[in-house]
Amino acid sequence: MNQSSVAVASAPAVAAPSAVAVSLRQVNKSFGSGNTYLPVLKDINLEVRRGELLLLVGPSGCGKTTLLSVMAGILDVDQGVVDVFGIRVDQLSQSRKTRFRQENIGFIFQQFNLIPTLTATENVAVPLIIAGKPYQAALEQARHYLTLVGLGERLEHFPTQLSGGQQQRVAIARALVAEPRLVVCDEPTAALDSATGQLVMEMFREVALSPERAIVIVTHDNRIFPYGDRIAEMLDGRIVDVHDNPNRMR
Amino acid sequence: MWRIGLKMLMGDRAKYLTLVGGVSVVVFLFIQQGSVFCGLIGRTAKPVEAIGAPIWVVDRNLQVVDEFRGLLDTDLLRVRSVEGVKWAVPLFIRQVQVRLADGRFQAVRLVGLDGATLVGRPPRLLAGRIEDLNTPDAVIVGRAEMERLGNPKVGDTFEINDRRARVVGIADVPRDFLSNPYLYTTFERAVQYVPRERKLMNYILAAPQEGYTSEQVIANIRQATGLAAYDEDGMRWLTMNYYMRNTGIPVNIGISVALVFLVGMAVIGQTFYAFALQNEKYFGALKAMGAGSWTLVGMIVLQSVIVGLIGYGIGVGGGSLLGYLGGQGKGKLAFYTPYQLLVISFIATMLICVLSSLLSIQRVLRLEPAVVFRG
Repeated sequence: MNQSSVAVASAPAVAAPSAVAVSLRQVNKSFGSGNTYLPVLKDINLEVRRGELLLLVGPSGCGKTTLLSVMAGILDVDQGVVDVFGIRVDQLSQSRKTRFRQENIGFIFQQFNLIPTLTATENVAVPLIIAGKPYQAALEQARHYLTLVGLGERLEHFPTQLSGGQQQRVAIARALVAEPRLVVCDEPTAALDSATGQLVMEMFREVALSPERAIVIVTHDNRIFPYGDRIAEMLDGRIVDVHDNPNRMR
Repeated sequence: MWRIGLKMLMGDRAKYLTLVGGVSVVVFLFIQQGSVFCGLIGRTAKPVEAIGAPIWVVDRNLQVVDEFRGLLDTDLLRVRSVEGVKWAVPLFIRQVQVRLADGRFQAVRLVGLDGATLVGRPPRLLAGRIEDLNTPDAVIVGRAEMERLGNPKVGDTFEINDRRARVVGIADVPRDFLSNPYLYTTFERAVQYVPRERKLMNYILAAPQEGYTSEQVIANIRQATGLAAYDEDGMRWLTMNYYMRNTGIPVNIGISVALVFLVGMAVIGQTFYAFALQNEKYFGALKAMGAGSWTLVGMIVLQSVIVGLIGYGIGVGGGSLLGYLGGQGKGKLAFYTPYQLLVISFIATMLICVLSSLLSIQRVLRLEPAVVFRG
């Protein structure tokens, strides 16, 4: 066997990047046992594509947030496959899941969850500091992202000194600062008034969407439906419909 | 992450000050109670320190310096003949009653020194001359508790057992446990101030010859005379151990210190727990964003250690200030802070802080990151 044939034989197969960012197959999740047994996700099959913003909608208690937690690797499934950018999240140990979240997931919460004793810059820098980036470099990168979301003049403000919309923009900067491939958002406009919610979503779509990134938003707020590329509807723990958004904002 | 932990701690001023204040009070009470204990016990041995002899020879059954157990005159001669003894002199220490000019009586600690050598004399005189102690009726008064004798001056007189005593000097003598004034005189005169008894000498002070250690001479004295002998430190501990065994001081102060420990842990633990509860959603967010449980535990331990260190500094400072102010001038506060007390209180403080943070730690360890999505 000559040298070149050895090289060819041992070279890993190079696949074209998949268009699918997140793939959930036959995912089941329940809470409790015995009399308190409650199935929350039932045979979920869902794909989220790279470069898209998917809205996950449905009535309260239908399992939207649980599904979001499963995708983000903060909740284990009972059965099924959770594949995020080719990583089988359902097979990772807890420590690897922690690392997986550090490197791949950005979070935006309904109540922002900004640490009140940290400035906007420090709050945004937190994911980088967690990932081990030097403190000053993390702050520098955080300032850049805060400027991107229009808060260049509020770098040293504490959360209590910011409006709700500004706080959510800080949260968006925090979710994006580590350049995650998947951003999960739980009711990002629920704590905002209508006009602020729309402004935040416009800014979010502009700053966050990229060809290599997928965004999943759980929402009840039909005013932000135009910002989604596709809409997945849930009912009683099942995905009942996934369709392109006919009213998508161009 | 330690910066984030510290900012979370110090940014919440009210909780932070409560925690530091709680630790400071606990440390303050630790230092105050511990120093009072050490001060009181230390005072029991002040008569030994005030005499300052290298070797004390005493009756075998003596338990404490304040106890009178007489020795025979021949015991002094026997001690002088022991190998390695450089010199040996008699000493008399006894509580006697002084009749003051106004007719009142006051108990004093009468110290009778060997007239020829004045071994055991007070190290510093504030007034008068030590040589005058050999003049008729001469006594030197210790400054501590002198007010009980009506603040006598050189030349003043009073009566002891119907005999005249004349003040020829004022000595700088520390306050002791019984808080009685000191009166120094010669051994020969001291035995005249008390009722006649067969045995009037109760201590023999000695020193080792060159080439002999105190330990060797003490062993020789014990073997040759059957009497007990101690170096100064041994005599101090004989007395201090007696008071620790036979008084309620250790138990009473021990109970106070135990209560301080328990109350301190309850207050600090409760505050830490409230702090953890309040920050639970932020810890959850940090976990979701990829902070490991042990990273968060490290943050909490760092917070508790910082609170402990700052509280310890303030508490020790406050306790020391109290001791300094209480011990000034005519202050009677028994207060002594040995370095061992600082070490013990430091360990106790850190223990309180770390134990108190355990509640928060177990909560953070059990915290699911999914908590962040619960509105």
